[in-house]
Parts: sequence; C-alpha cells; structure tokens
Amino acid sequence: MNVEHLVHMANQIGQFYASLPDHAEAVTSTASHIRRFWEPRMRSSVYAHLDQADGAGLSPLLLEALRSKRSDVEPKAAASR
Amino acid sequence: MSLATEIDYGTPASRSTTTVTLTIDGVPVTVPAGTSVMRAAAEAGLMVPKLCATDNLEAFGSCRLCLVEIDGRKGYPASCTTPVEANMSVRTQTPKLAQLRRGVMELYISDHPLDCLTCSANGDCELQDTAGQVGLREVRYGYEGANHLVAEKDTSNPYFTFDASKCIVCSRCVRACEEVQGTFALTIDGRGFDSKVSPGQMESFMESECVSCGACVQACPTATLMDRSVIEHGTPDRSVITTCAYCGVGCSFEAELKGTQVVRMTPDKNGRANHGHSCVKGRFAWGYTTHPDRITKPMIRKHITDPWREVSWEEAIGYAASEFQRIQAKYGRGSVGAISSSRCTNEEVWLMQKLVRAAFGNNNIDTCARVCHSPTGFGLKATLGESAGTQDFDSVLLTDVVFVIGANPTDGHPVFASQMKRRLRDGAKLIIADPRTIDLVRTPHVEADYHLKLRPGTNVALINSLAHVIVTEGLVNESFVRERCEPESFNQWRAFVAKPEHSPEALEPVTGVPAAEIRAAARLYATGGNGAIYYGLGVTEHSQGSTMVIGIANLAMATGNIGREGVGVNPLRGQNNVQGSCDMGSFPHEYPGYRHVLDGPTRALFEGAWHVTLEAEPGLRIPNMFDAALEGSFKGLYLEGEDIAQSDPDTQHVTSALEAMECIVVQDLFLCETAKFAHVFLPGSSFLEKNGTFTNAERRISRVRKATPPVGGKEDWEVTAMLSNALGYPMTYTHPSEIMDEIARLTPTFTGVSYERLDELGSIQWPCNAAAPDGTPVMHVEEFVRGKGRFMITEYVPTDEKVNRKYPLILTTGRILSQYNVGAQTRRTANVDWHDEDRLEIHPHDAEERGVKEGDWVGVVSRAGETTLRARITDRVQPGVVYTTFHHPESGANVITTDNSDWATNCPEYKVTAVQVMPVFGNSEWQERHHAFTAQQLALLEQRERPVRQTAGK
Repeated sequence: MNVEHLVHMANQIGQFYASLPDHAEAVTSTASHIRRFWEPRMRSSVYAHLDQADGAGLSPLLLEALRSKRSDVEPKAAASR
Repeated sequence: MSLATEIDYGTPASRSTTTVTLTIDGVPVTVPAGTSVMRAAAEAGLMVPKLCATDNLEAFGSCRLCLVEIDGRKGYPASCTTPVEANMSVRTQTPKLAQLRRGVMELYISDHPLDCLTCSANGDCELQDTAGQVGLREVRYGYEGANHLVAEKDTSNPYFTFDASKCIVCSRCVRACEEVQGTFALTIDGRGFDSKVSPGQMESFMESECVSCGACVQACPTATLMDRSVIEHGTPDRSVITTCAYCGVGCSFEAELKGTQVVRMTPDKNGRANHGHSCVKGRFAWGYTTHPDRITKPMIRKHITDPWREVSWEEAIGYAASEFQRIQAKYGRGSVGAISSSRCTNEEVWLMQKLVRAAFGNNNIDTCARVCHSPTGFGLKATLGESAGTQDFDSVLLTDVVFVIGANPTDGHPVFASQMKRRLRDGAKLIIADPRTIDLVRTPHVEADYHLKLRPGTNVALINSLAHVIVTEGLVNESFVRERCEPESFNQWRAFVAKPEHSPEALEPVTGVPAAEIRAAARLYATGGNGAIYYGLGVTEHSQGSTMVIGIANLAMATGNIGREGVGVNPLRGQNNVQGSCDMGSFPHEYPGYRHVLDGPTRALFEGAWHVTLEAEPGLRIPNMFDAALEGSFKGLYLEGEDIAQSDPDTQHVTSALEAMECIVVQDLFLCETAKFAHVFLPGSSFLEKNGTFTNAERRISRVRKATPPVGGKEDWEVTAMLSNALGYPMTYTHPSEIMDEIARLTPTFTGVSYERLDELGSIQWPCNAAAPDGTPVMHVEEFVRGKGRFMITEYVPTDEKVNRKYPLILTTGRILSQYNVGAQTRRTANVDWHDEDRLEIHPHDAEERGVKEGDWVGVVSRAGETTLRARITDRVQPGVVYTTFHHPESGANVITTDNSDWATNCPEYKVTAVQVMPVFGNSEWQERHHAFTAQQLALLEQRERPVRQTAGK
C-alpha cells in the first residue's frame, strides 16, 4: 500500500481526535478508528513503516497511538489473506 | 395488471380534525370541516361534473360546470369553491342544473375541434367525458365566427406538445406549475376571448423557465398538453406501480403500458414521498431502458485489447467464477472484491455483500455511498445512534425554519424541493449555506432570509461559529439537552465552541461570511420555531465531511430541533437507494443494520444463517481497493451498476488501478466507462425489468415491480445468485421476496418488513418491527437510538488542498436537474436538449482577468490532471471559485479532482480542488487519450464475435 497516502490518512484521523480534552481518550480513539476501519494490509503497511522508517511523517499522536495500542491494532498474521 | 383508475375528488382533502355533517342528494355525508361540497359529494360517490377542478390543486371556480343548488341560498354556487356547512342540503342533479351545464358545455365545445376519433386523448379526455356526463347532444353555434381552432401548436419540448386549439383555458396547467411544482413558468396572457396559456412571456415551452416536470401535462383535462409518447403509441391499457430509479426522493409511479411498451410514467398520487408529483427525469427520461446502446448478451474477453465475444450466461458466469477462483488461489483470499451501486435494489445489494462475505470469504465489499454519504453514516451513528435521516419528507410542512446546507434541492431532489417551496411560500424562513447561488436562494415567491455564501472547504468553521452564537447568547435548549443528551459530552462541546476563536467575527476571514449574517442565522435557527436542517453532498464530500455531519447533529441537539415533526437532520441522498444500500451491509466494516464486523455475536448470527465462517476483519473501501490494486495485492473486481471510471475522483488513478487488475466483471446496462476496462460483461436490468425494493432518503422502503421483461433475459439478483453458485456458495432464491424475508430475519430494524406488508401499506419507513409495526416516520422521539445524544468536538482543520499561485481557484462540482450523476441513463434520453455538455461556471472577474469570454474553451488544471471545458460566465459563483457538473465522460471533471478524502470514511473531497483556468485551443492530453481509448473500445464492441445462429432451413 502507498505508505505516504496511509500516513496522510492516519494523521487526518489523529487531527480529529486530538481535540478531545482527555489525551488518553484521544490516543485510544485514534487507535480504535484505525482498528475498526482499516483493512489488515493497510494496518500492516503502516506498522512496517513504523518499524522500518520510524514512522516518518506520522504525527506524535499517531506514533503514540500505534505504538501503545499495537497489540490491538496490528493484524495478526493471516496466511490466507 | 389493468390500468389503474383513481377517483379525482376535485379539491384537496381538508386537514381539519373536526367534522361536519350535511345532506347531498338526500344522502347524509360527514366530512372534515373545510371540505368543499364537490369533494364531500365525491366521497359519497356522487360525482359533480367539473373541468377546472382536480384534487391536487386548490379550487378555482372558473369552469362553471360544477354548479349545485343549496337550500336557502340564491343562485347556483360552484361546488368546488363552496365549503361544507353543518346541516347544509345540497342537490347536484336537477333539471335546471342539467340545463345550465349543457349550456356551458356547449360554449366550450363550440370552440373546440371535433376530432375526437383521431385525437390523442380519445378515451382519456375529461372534456369528452364531461360532455357525455352532462348529456350534450348538439352545438348550436357554428365555426364561422372567431375561434381558436387554428392556433399554433408548440412542439418545442421533446416530451410533450402544447396544442392551443384544444385549450379550454381552465388554468389547471398554470395552477399546477404554481401550486405543485412552484416554478410559476406559466400564466394566462390576455383577457376574455384572447386569454391563452403562456409559457414565460409568450415564449415557447423550451425557451421559458419551464422545468418540464410534467405537472401541467398531468393536470390538463384535454389533449392540449399531451405526452408525445401517448401521441405515438396511443393510450395505455395496463399499469404497474413501481418506484423511480433516479434520485433519493424515491417517487412512486404508475408505469403505464401497452403490452411491453411503456407509454407513460404517471406519478402515483398515493405515493407518500411524492404525492403525485414528479420531475423531468422520473416522468419523462425513461427512454434509456430501450436505447440501442443496451448490451443484451453476456460477453467475455481475456484482455481489454481483445474484441468481445458474446457467450451464454452460463459460460460468462463460469468464466468469471473461474477467474476469481484463480486469482484468489494465486494472490490470496483478499485479492478480490465487489462494488455495488445505489442504483441496485435492496435485494441486489444484499446478495452482493453476501456473495463477497460468504463466497469470496472476505469483507471487500463497498458501495457508491462511499463517495457520497458515507460521512452521514459515520456522523449520525456516532452522535444520534443511527445512520439515517430523522424525518419523513412531509415533516417539512411543519417546519418554521428551513436550513439548507450544501444541497441544491431544486436540481438534485426536485420533487421534495417543490414540497419545501410550498412550505416556504406559506411563510417558513429559509437559511442557505452554499458557496454558490443556487436557485433556491431566489426563486418565484421564495427568497432566502440568509444566504451564507461561504468559501468551499470551510463548512466546519461555519458550523462552529453558528454553535458559538447559540452557546454564548444563551440560545441552547437547556431542558432538551438535560433530558436527552450526555451531560459530559455536552459540557465539553459547549466549552469548545464557546472559545473566542470560534466566534463568527474570528472565523469571518476563514469562511468569508459576514459575522453579522452568521449571528442572525444562528438566532433564527435556534429561536424561530421548528428548525430543520437539510443537507447534501456539499456537506459530506470534504476532507472534514464526517466532522461537518457531527457538527450538524450537535447543532440540532443543542437547540432541541430533533425528535418530533417539523425538525430534524435530513440528509438528501443523491441516488435512489443510497439509504438502502448502506442499510444492507454494503460497507466493508459493517454487516446489514450497521453492525460492525468485529462484533462477535452479530458475526455468529450471520455465520449461523449463512452456514459459513466469516472474515472478522474490515475489508477494503473503494479508494483502498485502487491503492491495493496498484500495489499488486488486489486483482479482481465485480461491479454492479457502478461506473467508477467516471464517477470516482482522480480518474487517472482509478483507470491505472483498473488496468492493474486481472479480472473485472461489470454488470450494467451499457458499455460504461468502467466496462471498457472489463473482462466480463453481464447485461443488467433496468428498474422497469425487475422486482425488488428501494429505500429513499426518508428511510421509506418501496416496491420496485417488474413492468417489462429484462432485455438481457435475467434480473440482476438472478445474475448475482448465479455467480455465487458458480463460486461454490449456493443461493437458491426463486423470487426477491425471499431475499427480503432473509433481510427481515437478520436485521432488527427490518423484522416487520415483507412484500405482503409493503403491498398492504404501500411503503414502510424503517425501523419496522414489533415496537413499530407500521414503520417509523420520525426517529429519536422519546430517546435517541443510542440512548443519550452524544455531542462531539468538531475542530476545524483546513483542507490540504490549498490554493496557491499555480492553482489559485477552487473548483467545486455538482449536478443539474436534467442529468443524473454519470449520465449513463439521462444522456441516452432527450434530456440532453437541456444539458448536452458540462460547462465551467466562472465569475466575471476571474474570467476577465484571464481573457475568457462566454463559451470559450478553457483548460482546467489541478494537481491531479487537466481537462478542457467551455466557460459559462456567471456571478452564481463567487470570485475565486469555479464550478462544473460531471455528467459527460468526455468532460473529465474527475480527471481534475484529487484523491484527498474525508478523514473518517475516505469519502472523496470532490467539493474542493485547487485549479488554474486558462483559455485553450484544443483538448487536453487526457481527453485525446480518452477519445482514442473510447474509439478503440467501441470498435472492439462492434467487432464482437457472435455465436453462429442455427437457422431452421429447408
């Protein structure tokens, strides 16, 4: 998947939830949105980008959300997909 | 089914709840107060002769045929204009009345051609019927004197003719144009004997402001205004009640036929969405269903550079299935998917998503609502708890303040717009938020109180500034919020919008709307009585589309404008079945009824019903499919009724993705733009050729009934079932009613819906279940679907699509009355007489700066691409903004739009594209390539290999 595009989309999600007064809720909501609406290969690509390029371009909120909620958000290996 | 005959009661029904009892011809009759004597008689089965009266128009009292005698009253009052009174005694048939009526009728006929046997209205003419009814036997006046028998015929309109020689000047057409349509295009010119119906100022119908809705044709009691199709084919002999396949109003129609030939589409006066009205598309633009471009045989080809080969249904389906199986075996289960359309029935989209989930084994199903109203689903679900509009259309009749945001109802939803205009003429206030001066801003007898002409892309700034006024000026409906909404989320939202940076004054430089206007509009919406918001794609098709939908819900909750008639949040859906296709689980993250695929119990419910293990991860959305195709992991796509190569943004990105796939199966009526990239073509069936249901913008489920046989031999649901069977997942339905029964079993909001109930009630608004067995016109009445209403913070985030020196203008797009979306249907009708090309609207200032004159070809360049259009110079658009429609593929409007999208749903940001516009002298490079590709594909279609016919010889 086009990582640049995914990074842009992820940051857009973060921009919405960043306005929540409770930072922890912003982190959880951002991660949850990606978990609930992104197909696994999109999530895998963004985690690969996180690992390989240190998440370059991702906003601090996204970096925090993706890292802190990794076990929930990152797809489990699925050979059949 | 025989031709439906409906009683014409002569005048509209009274809405009074008190009743009056009177006697008519010795029969006691009880009717609501305010009912006319004519209607009271008709309701008792006593038909008073009439010509100028009809029950969708207010009484006029001009024809003098409906005279009656009333005890205690002098003379012979007209029954249409005389209201009933208690204990009134009326006689409708006496020798004196008969004499008077014959005298009046004789005068009419003395100036009317006596060509009944060859007249197009023969057998369907109220003048003819009434002459018989009053017993006219002779006309004593000759034709030697002055008359109108040689009056000129107006044949300018492609759908109907106006033969003035047959006009009796009853004014029904004029009144229909005023009262029903609200266009006021017709008038009576002259006085006395010289009186004549005049479109505009003695113009032809085509030159006038007439919008060709056909209300005048329907109202005409003679052959003066007559459908050309009736002139050509004669009067129909049977009718089928069905639902229009154009916009989200979902008008009910009687399809009137002779055999399998459609003769006329007459709007159904019992239709609860349209009440007997229609627009130029629904009433007249059905000729595409028999257009020679229809592809009626399945076709396959290995490569898109190969000629097509016509094959049997079995071979085409078998080939498609084998290709999908080959691709999945090679690239994985997630390498294929499907896109359905809002032009499909509920039953068809249900089968599409079921095929993807059960036969493909993934959730890669999406629908065209992705590119229009997906933010509505997200935003309303998050705040109110249900992904749907809150009202029925009739609710507008009780609205005091109509607030239209990013919608153009007179063009996009014309029949509802007529109803809205009627309420506005009756005194409701009007606020419009739109970057462009749409017709509703100022139209006959309607003028917006406030037109908030904001800059494209600043919706959220606008809604925040409106909310700021409501919160800081003490206009919140505190008791509603306290009882109905979450206190914590409200307090957070209140604190957020109260910040000074959200004041209209602070945001005026952003929105471009004077702060005083925003303050006044906010006060009006909050305090003007019942406030109802109607919005369209000008809200959703932005990078903050979902945020704006949330902002609208916030505003409605804060002012208590939700949960009763006359108020609400009303998304005007673009296509006929946008609501239905979303309801039926056409999104990759949701099962039918908006239940997430991560929800274990729901997944288990479907697994149990469908006897298959379902994927527990969300699938790819349409734009994600394109990205995955270009990345190489998505290789096969099944599309029904959706033309992504024209309708989706950044055309070159879309077509590159299509070219990267190995098997594209298109099920459609025509070789649409996407089909030119296809490997399998499956002939689709038009709405006239199949059974099913559509769900309109007010959640109204209406039957689609087969009026003619499918030209390709199969209804669309049958084709999807065949493909599923070929893929190894059995679908054994014998009729769409069985699919609806399955929908009802598995969808809590549909449990009370069946074809039997739809036949019984006419239509049903979901939720329809044990709690609401007859459906739900207004939602969230006692409490919100989610319990307490949830406010959400809506920070304004400017779009990344910035204007700069290279791209200094903002392009925004929309559609026009006579055309429908990609135009596949309407371009194949005479509607092209109104709109045969997409034009670029540009402000006179911007045009002059660039040396552009009216009609000049201009290049429109964005970061995504370039096309050329002809310029229309108009101050409808503000300086710095240009606008175009997207109905013609060669225009390439979506070559320019970008792949920017809504943060929550990936709904494309069609409404904001930074562009430059300059005069040019030739096509763009894309247009040259498109012309060449189209020519190649049409040649490959022409060269298609047909099976050798076995002829019975000697």
